Amino acid sequence: MNDTTTFQPVKDAHRQAPSPAGEKTVTTLAEHIVEVISDSGEGAQRCGQLLGSIAARMGNGVWTVEIIPAEIQPPARSIEGASGNRVRLGSGRVTNGGDETDLVVAFNEQVLIGRVRSGELKPGCIILLESMWRNDKDPAIAASYAETHDWLVAQGYQVYEIPMERECRPHVADPRRGKNMFVLGMLCSIYSLDLPLAREQVSFIFRKKEREVIDANLTLLEAGHAWAAANLDFQYRIPAVRATEPQIVVNGNTALALGILASGMEVCAMYPITPATSASHYLSDVFENVGGVVHQAEDEIAACTFAIGASYAGKCAVTITSGPGYSLKQEAIGLAVMGEIPLVVVNVQRGGPSTGQPTKAEQGDLLAACFGSHGDAPKVVMAVSTIEDCFYSIITARKIAETFNTVVVVLSDANLATSQQPFPRPQFSETWLAPPVDQSPIAEGMKPYDWDTMTGLARRFIPGQPNGMHTLTGLAHDRLSHVAYDPQVNEEAIHQRSLKLAALQKTLKIPPLFGAEDGELLIVGWGSTKGAIEEAVAHLRAEGCRVSSLHLTFLQPLPAGIKEVLQRFKKVMTIEANWCDRPEDEIIDDTNRRYSALALLLRARYLVDVDCWSEVRGEPIRPGTIRRVVRDKLRETGANHDTAA
Amino acid sequence: MTLPPDHCLLRLYEEPHDLEAYQGSIPRWCTGCGDNAILAAVQRLCRDEGLRPEKTVFVSGIGCSSRFPHYMKTYGFHGIHGRALPIAEGIRMARPDLHVFVNTGDGDCCSIGAAHWIHAIRYNMRMTVLLHDNQIYGLTKMQASPTSPLGLKSNTTPRGAYLEGLNPLTVTLGIQNVSFVAQAVDWIPEVLYEIIAAAFRHKGLAFVRIIQRCPEWLPKLFEAWVHDPQKILLLAHERGLRVSTSLARIYKNQQQHDPANIDRAREIASILDPIPVGILYWNPDVPCYEDVRHGGQLRTPEFIKAGLEAEFDKFTVWPQEATAAQPNARTGATAARPAHQPPARA
Repeated sequence: MNDTTTFQPVKDAHRQAPSPAGEKTVTTLAEHIVEVISDSGEGAQRCGQLLGSIAARMGNGVWTVEIIPAEIQPPARSIEGASGNRVRLGSGRVTNGGDETDLVVAFNEQVLIGRVRSGELKPGCIILLESMWRNDKDPAIAASYAETHDWLVAQGYQVYEIPMERECRPHVADPRRGKNMFVLGMLCSIYSLDLPLAREQVSFIFRKKEREVIDANLTLLEAGHAWAAANLDFQYRIPAVRATEPQIVVNGNTALALGILASGMEVCAMYPITPATSASHYLSDVFENVGGVVHQAEDEIAACTFAIGASYAGKCAVTITSGPGYSLKQEAIGLAVMGEIPLVVVNVQRGGPSTGQPTKAEQGDLLAACFGSHGDAPKVVMAVSTIEDCFYSIITARKIAETFNTVVVVLSDANLATSQQPFPRPQFSETWLAPPVDQSPIAEGMKPYDWDTMTGLARRFIPGQPNGMHTLTGLAHDRLSHVAYDPQVNEEAIHQRSLKLAALQKTLKIPPLFGAEDGELLIVGWGSTKGAIEEAVAHLRAEGCRVSSLHLTFLQPLPAGIKEVLQRFKKVMTIEANWCDRPEDEIIDDTNRRYSALALLLRARYLVDVDCWSEVRGEPIRPGTIRRVVRDKLRETGANHDTAA
Repeated sequence: MTLPPDHCLLRLYEEPHDLEAYQGSIPRWCTGCGDNAILAAVQRLCRDEGLRPEKTVFVSGIGCSSRFPHYMKTYGFHGIHGRALPIAEGIRMARPDLHVFVNTGDGDCCSIGAAHWIHAIRYNMRMTVLLHDNQIYGLTKMQASPTSPLGLKSNTTPRGAYLEGLNPLTVTLGIQNVSFVAQAVDWIPEVLYEIIAAAFRHKGLAFVRIIQRCPEWLPKLFEAWVHDPQKILLLAHERGLRVSTSLARIYKNQQQHDPANIDRAREIASILDPIPVGILYWNPDVPCYEDVRHGGQLRTPEFIKAGLEAEFDKFTVWPQEATAAQPNARTGATAARPAHQPPARA
């Protein structure tokens, strides 16, 4: 049972392009995954991004993932130096990066080796390979090219050797720098994308350059298009639903930064850390345009306490970090909870613990987010699950933080951070923004922590407000913010802060189920796995499997109604990108198995037997993998279901 | 950043406040603690400067000295150990209309918060930083601090402190962007007041190290200096500390020191005995980080919307049909289609 294409060796293995393409037929596809990879600096990233933008303008669904080498300057033509983009094009909306790659364009053969080894390429997929290395002056390079080429062919890949640089040479002085536009033209032809539209998009991207630069790129684009049309024996079409509304194409981190702009927050304090920092790069560039400040602090603790100071004195502020930085901020987060200071903390999760895998995706910080900081420090935890979510969640987080005077942790991850997916251009609303800082006087007799005993809420006193003078303290305190030496007073304050989460919970709705309202198996997920889980569930349901999924945005507090949903399914399982012990291990049993984070939370809260499946490979979980896992689970439970076959 | 300072609270007159207007709860420091002298001097300063209590914030970390804000009747923020400075920086960045003071101890500032101390000096944000340096951890009951002198016996150095004490003055004077450094002692209230007042008026970060006695754990540490005026070196200057005639009669060991002279300031900072008291360094021309960073725009919703829409424009892909259908879409047409090029489908 496997959804990947069966391995089929290609008979006419050694294809030499150009080959006559007289009887070219256009194959219609529901979707395709394309990779463009090169050495750093050869423009494969821009090529992939442009392909995504053009397809999005045609109305195709698009999901783009950056392929980034771990080093800043990896050696040229090296296995680990692959840099580029992976673009999944679909006829409908595309919600995740999908499974293996169907077609790859490589500027040299070395960058392919790593992609093959890590299982990124679909067996037998098409490879369009720059052929100039075959005749390289350096015999070692020529030999390595020939050897790798033959190896790829022997593996069954359909390798097309294409003299990309040679074809560019008539049009441009330095073909190495222009090749990416030639390749873009080829891909536009291969996928039957509209050439005038491609011209427009290329002109737009280079709009700040001189006329000659734009013209040169357009010439290369058209040359690539013409070459592929004349020389390749295949062509595809991915039908698009013509969209009528404008789309924003950004990655998750840029969407987070746009959300900060739109939320009306004014201060973002941060310390550089991967993979969160690109959000701050972009924000540093544009925040001042709306009167905001990005403060790069001396360390993570300073970043958090700076944001707390700014929040305390005015409007809610935000600090952005990733795993290790999140650990360092814990004491300060407890201070904000204790002092009831609004604060948004964004954690773009990476592989952990310790330094872990800085550039890789993992969902390892959920429990730290819920239970981090010592003592009872109730805080709100929400997770973004799409690129669009990254934008709107920050606005929501700011509002919750200021309404409930508490810390809101927003969990994203490295997968969303660098992936692009178009979403409808947001319509600005003034309600997004924080109101001006309240400087109205405090009425006589009001106390700085005048907790409403039902909800735990109290009006926040802000410096500058006459009659509101008090000392906020991280020490246990009473309603007057006086240090509590009385055991009763301490307990009252803990009680009130805890009530605020319950009050928020009363306003939350359970997300809609994906699939049917009941059945054999319910998959529960959170964060960036949403697209892959729902795609897999849709696929399996079409095969007749009685599986549904529930994807949670609020992890703390959990909205009401979840238990009833869990109980309508025979089995419940979470799918998460964090560790859970494998039941097949000899010494793992019910008494010692460590569950995945959400499974643990659900089991503890609802007393429902929630199983879990997880993967911590640092890569987004693929929909194909989820299909396999779900089928295994259904088989194990003896569920009666029809399979496609 | 939001509204101009005093926008909501513009008053045509200032209410005079007496000392009681600044007095919070009754201090719980030990009898004879040097912190009491600092509190008295600061409350006097607030009165003399007519600071509005609601516009004044005292920020502290953890330790005996960090209880200070509770004893003021202004706004206060009693934070966590070592982090008073970044909290104060955040307040200052968000609200340039507030007067910001920081009370921090030798453990809080020079040990757990040392990184923040160095960077706060470099940021040079306008605030008055009072380092209550009693050379011992008091609240946790007598452990050696980084400023404890060599050989000092404490609960963690029962055979005497192993290292020379850290000198907060030389450290501070070695940091880029330092703009105001002074030293005072708790037992000369008149000078303590004058120095804190000068620090408050400085436009930038004013760092005042106050040598402060701990009667509970180190009652005799400064006895020799308290009883012998010759062991105090008064730094006098027309641009620095002006010594009154009555004071001059007692403290005869004086030196003219121009606080603009950083080289001499660094030399003086190294003197441990006699204790130099006065303004070591003052440079009013160092830019403040908050001034460098603030654009001074009025953040109206229209202003934010304009900035946000400009960013959306950068990332918008207009569907082919929309480009043709709405050639005059607000910015869409120009964003998607350069002016020199005809529409894809007109």
